[in-house]
Amino acid sequence: METKNAILVKNLSKRFGDFTAVNAITFEVKKGEIFGFLGANGAGKTTAMKMLIGISKPSEGTATVAGFDVKTQSEAVKKSIGYMSQRFTLYDDLTIKENIAFFGGIYGLSNEKIKEKTALLIDELGLHDKASNLVRSLPLGWKQKVAFSVALLHEPKIVFLDEPTGGVDPITRRQFWEMIYREANKGTTIFVTTHYMDEAEYCDRVSIMVEGKIEALDSPKKLKKQFKVDSMNEVFLKLARNIE
Amino acid sequence: MKRFRGFVIKEFYHIFRDKRTLIILFGMPVVQILLFGFAVTNEISNVDIAVLDRSKDSETQKIINTIEASKYFKVTDFIVDEKQIETIFKKGKVKAVLVFENNFSKDIVAKNMANVQIITDATEPNVANSVNTYLTSILQQYQTDLNQRQQIPYQIVPQTRMYYNPELKSVFMFVPGIMTVILMLVSAIMTSISITREKELGTMEILLVSPLKPYQVIVGKVFPYVFLAISNAIIILMLGFFVFKMPIEGSYFLLALETVLFIFSALALGILISTISETQQTAMMASLMGLMLPTILLSGFIFPISSMPLPLQVISNIIPAKWFIILIKGILLKGVGLEVLWKETLVLVAMIVAFIGLSVMKYKTRLE
Repeated sequence: METKNAILVKNLSKRFGDFTAVNAITFEVKKGEIFGFLGANGAGKTTAMKMLIGISKPSEGTATVAGFDVKTQSEAVKKSIGYMSQRFTLYDDLTIKENIAFFGGIYGLSNEKIKEKTALLIDELGLHDKASNLVRSLPLGWKQKVAFSVALLHEPKIVFLDEPTGGVDPITRRQFWEMIYREANKGTTIFVTTHYMDEAEYCDRVSIMVEGKIEALDSPKKLKKQFKVDSMNEVFLKLARNIE
Repeated sequence: MKRFRGFVIKEFYHIFRDKRTLIILFGMPVVQILLFGFAVTNEISNVDIAVLDRSKDSETQKIINTIEASKYFKVTDFIVDEKQIETIFKKGKVKAVLVFENNFSKDIVAKNMANVQIITDATEPNVANSVNTYLTSILQQYQTDLNQRQQIPYQIVPQTRMYYNPELKSVFMFVPGIMTVILMLVSAIMTSISITREKELGTMEILLVSPLKPYQVIVGKVFPYVFLAISNAIIILMLGFFVFKMPIEGSYFLLALETVLFIFSALALGILISTISETQQTAMMASLMGLMLPTILLSGFIFPISSMPLPLQVISNIIPAKWFIILIKGILLKGVGLEVLWKETLVLVAMIVAFIGLSVMKYKTRLE
C-alpha cells in the first residue's frame, strides 16, 4: 500500500433524498501534508469528512484513506486515523489521566504504552499539577490541546480535525497550530477544516468547497495569485460571491 | 475484552461521580417502599360517622352500640332531619351517615324486614368504599345474631377465605409494583439518557470513529445499569422480606431469571429510545411519557387491567411491566414455577428480541 497519497478521493457524492450535500468531489492529500478543507457553513465539508472517517456511507464514488477503501474497509480506516471534532470531545467528569487511559484503551494500547504516553503528554503540555483534575476544571484552550493530543495517542497516520480552534483565543490558536506543525513534521498527515481564513494560510494546500463542489484547490500562495488578491479571506469571498 | 473493560470502568466513573443521580437511584426505591408500605393503606380506623335515627328504639340502639364498640367508627353526631345530611357532609368531618327508618323494631317483628340506609361522602372514593363495606358487615353480623333467636327455613352462609394474601396487605401489591417501576426507571430511562448524553456532547461521534464496534459501545454503556438495576431489585426484595414480611414462596433462581429478563427488556427499550432521540431532554420526555406512565397506570400495578376499557386492555399487552408483575406475583405469593409462567416468560423474551431488532434497524438507517 505504499503510495505517496494519504487520502485519495474520486467523484465522491452524498445525497440525502433530493438534496446533494457533496457533489462528485475529487482530490488527493499527500503524506505529511497539512491539508485545509475550507467552505462556508452548509457547503458540505462536514458531510464529506464524515464519509472519509467512515461514519457515513458515500452515495457514489470512491475514497481511499491510508490505503483502505472507506466503503469496504472502514474498520481498518478507523484504526489508522485520529479524529477531533469541533464539539468538545473529552469527558468532563473524568480526569485528564482517566481520559487518556480510556481513549488509549479503546484504541487497544497496552497498559505500559498508556502509562508511557500519559507521562509524555503531560510533560509536553506542562500539565503536571493538573493531571488528576477533572477535565471540567480546565480552560477551553487547554481542553482542545489535550483533546488533540488524545486524538494522536495511537499514533495515527492521518489526523482529521474538524474546526479544532472554534471559540479559542488567538494565543491558544497560535499554540495549537504549533502543535499541528510539530505533528506534521513527524510525518503525520493533517486534514483540517476551519472557519478562520488566517489559519488557511498556515496550510500546505487548501481546497474550498462551495455548494457541495470543490471550487478551488492549491497552495494558499498560488490561489492568491490565481484570484489576484492579497489574502485567503479575499479568495474565499470572491468564490462565494461568484456563486451568488 | 480489555477495551470493553476500560469502557465499563469509564461508565462507572460517570455514574459514581454524579452524586445526585446516585442518591436518587438508591434512595428512591427505599423511600418509596417504606412510604407505600407504611402510609398507603386501605384499612380504616376511627372514622367519624353520624346517625339519623327515626325510630329511636331498642334495636337501633343496639346497632349503634355495636358500631361504637368497633375500632373502625366513632359516632360523633346525631341528626334529626334529612336536610342535615348534606350540611354535615359539607363540613367534611363525618364520612358517612347511617339512617334508620321509622318503626325499625316493629317492622322487624311484624314484617320480618326493616330498612337502614348507608350514605357515604364519596369525595374520597376509597374511604367511602371501605366505610361502606365495614358498616355493611357490622349490620350483617347483627342480622346473623338476630336470626339465631329465630328459626328461618333456608340459610346460605358464605365462608370466604383470601388465598395468598389473607390479610389483604397492600404492601404485597406495592413491592412488586414498585420493583417494576424502579427497574424500568433505572434500566430504560438512565440508559437512554446516558447514551443520548454522549450524542449531545459529541463524544458518541468519537466513539464511532474509534475501532470500537457500535454494538460494543452500546453494550458497554448498558452493562453498568444491569448491575445497578440488579442491586436495586435486591434492595427492594430485602426490604419487602425483612420489613414487611413479604413472602418469597417460589424459587429464587426463577425470581432472578425473570428479573434479569425484565431488566433486559427495559434496557432494550432504553436503547430504542436513545436511537430515536437526539438530546437528553427528548430521551427523558420519551421515557417518562412512553414508559413510566404506562408502567404505572396500565401494568395492573395499581388499577386492575380487567376493569379497563377494551382498547386499554389491548394496549396493556405491549407493556413489559404487565407481564413482569404477573410473573413476580406468581413467584413471590403463589410460589408457582415455569410450568405455569412459561407463557409470560416467552412474551418477555419476544419483547427483548423485538426491541433490540428495532433498535438495530433504526441505527442502520441512521448510518446510511
